[in-house]
Amino acid sequence: MILFILCFILFVIGLYGVIMQRNLIKIIIGFAIMEYSVILFLILIGYIDAATVPIISESFESGPFVDPLPQAMILTAIVIGLATKALLLSVAIRLYKKYGSFDIREMKNLRG
Amino acid sequence: MNSLIPLYVVIPLGTAFLTIILGRWFKAISKILTIPALLFLTGLTFYLISQSPQTIVYRVGGFADLLDIPLAIFLVADGFTNILLLIISVVGLLVALYSLDYTKRFSAEEKFYALLNLMIAGMYGVVLAGDIFNLYVFLEIASIASYVLVAFNIEKQQLEATFKYQILGGVSSLLILAAIGFIYWTTGTLNLADIARQLPDANAFQIFVSVLLISGFGLKAAMVPFHSWLPDAHSSAPSPISAMLSGVLIKAIGIYVIIRLFFNIIQINPQIALTVTILGTLSMIIGVFLAIGQWDFKRLLAYHSISQMGYVILGIGMGMLILANGGKESIANLAITGGLFHMLNHSIFKALLFLNAGSVEYITGTRSLQKLGGLSNKMQITSGSSFAASMAISGIPPFNGFFSKIMIIFAAIQAGYYWLALLAVIVSIVTLASFTKVHKYAFYGDLPSKYENVKESPFSMALAMSLMALLCLIMSLMIVPSVRAIFLQPAVDALMQTTNYSSIVLGK
Repeated sequence: MILFILCFILFVIGLYGVIMQRNLIKIIIGFAIMEYSVILFLILIGYIDAATVPIISESFESGPFVDPLPQAMILTAIVIGLATKALLLSVAIRLYKKYGSFDIREMKNLRG
Repeated sequence: MNSLIPLYVVIPLGTAFLTIILGRWFKAISKILTIPALLFLTGLTFYLISQSPQTIVYRVGGFADLLDIPLAIFLVADGFTNILLLIISVVGLLVALYSLDYTKRFSAEEKFYALLNLMIAGMYGVVLAGDIFNLYVFLEIASIASYVLVAFNIEKQQLEATFKYQILGGVSSLLILAAIGFIYWTTGTLNLADIARQLPDANAFQIFVSVLLISGFGLKAAMVPFHSWLPDAHSSAPSPISAMLSGVLIKAIGIYVIIRLFFNIIQINPQIALTVTILGTLSMIIGVFLAIGQWDFKRLLAYHSISQMGYVILGIGMGMLILANGGKESIANLAITGGLFHMLNHSIFKALLFLNAGSVEYITGTRSLQKLGGLSNKMQITSGSSFAASMAISGIPPFNGFFSKIMIIFAAIQAGYYWLALLAVIVSIVTLASFTKVHKYAFYGDLPSKYENVKESPFSMALAMSLMALLCLIMSLMIVPSVRAIFLQPAVDALMQTTNYSSIVLGK
């Protein structure tokens, strides 16, 4: 249970970064932390204490396995996360070239 | 026929990759491939609708069920999916047609078409997926393609809009992923039909997951407390993309999933139904009042998207509320039909309005209503089709918007929600006022001297706009019961059967 609570705290830290920070790069870091907390949560769902890897091999022993499906899911989620973060960073660099700053308060073309 | 279903994902995805690989040597390939591909898929959609009431299930990989557990990845096409397929195909085709001339100014035309195809493939995937994790993956394909397309011209405003859109879109995706985690935790399955079977009866946990899902997909659909990204993203994008975003994307990856999950997968419960109805009403009112003060043509349209999606959610929410409280099924049927009909209509008239705004911007180089004026004589097709779309969105009789709004209002009166009916009428009047403003400033009044020599936009743009204006009139026919029985009734039936969805899809 304590692990899930820590995972939730990580999520809130990321959310704090996204909402409160004024620097584009720090917002992206906050977003990344949020993503890792969700990935950690998915891994925790599949985890079983003192279980073996879910691979049938020579030294195969019976007994509880950890659930492999969430692991397959997070692999996909990590790849998607890579794409979104690469895109976010490239947009941040373009914004820096246009404004000469990472400060979000200086970008106010879109109001109202 | 089952084996035709994967083509919806395979064809646009293949087109996207071919245009990127071959586009380097052969520029025109993007246009040569995209139009026939979408034309074929439109035809396929009409064929599916003509076969309609049946539900088609395709198992990717062909794995059979093991011990009653579905192993294959499902692609499901039922009545409700067919409506979304129709929207994506028809609007996608017309937007691609419009782009033929519009994108001539872009330096990287083939990348534009590749991304457009990727976005379309993602949306087809979302509506066809019978598996919640694949739904998430397709949703991300569509979202990432749309993030890039919003910033396609890489100017200050567009970069800013796409950054905001990406952060909020990313947060919504994470909420959805967390909700998927919770669902997998309790049910031990990812298959939508199997989830409907395994999910326990209503309890606190289910409410928690529902809240996560509503906030996640509500952000994607830009319902009111979550709407702040929409006006920026939709107004900054190139116009054909604005038309795709407003006309199709928020429906396919937002509204569709909310409706599917809360009708067919999670049992309808009164609190959620009430929340959805309230969110719909709020979107409807706040959207229109934010719209009326705008002077940027596309920004005004973007705010109207929020308001019009409010009507859709209101209709669907009322249907849910009536079903949850054990009201008359015929009234719920009317409310849901109205909501879906309005969704279909909105995709056409709002896409058309964005194309009009794009055409005005293409010719004059500005979209500020204060700087425009008197274009109705110079650009007759644009102003004429814009007139048709404006009448449709404000609910003036011969056009399609009138019939869907009147259905929602009748349903509200019959169900005894008089306040909602009154609000729907008021919002419709304010919409009319704001489109009167658009026409007064953009198309009538004095022509500024620098626009003396403007001409109508190029052929493919004019053709796409005229076809859409024609559709605005033709779709009014769906009010005729025999036509409605073909297009709308299967969709409504698919929703009204609620959690029987699982037994139909799993075949037991």
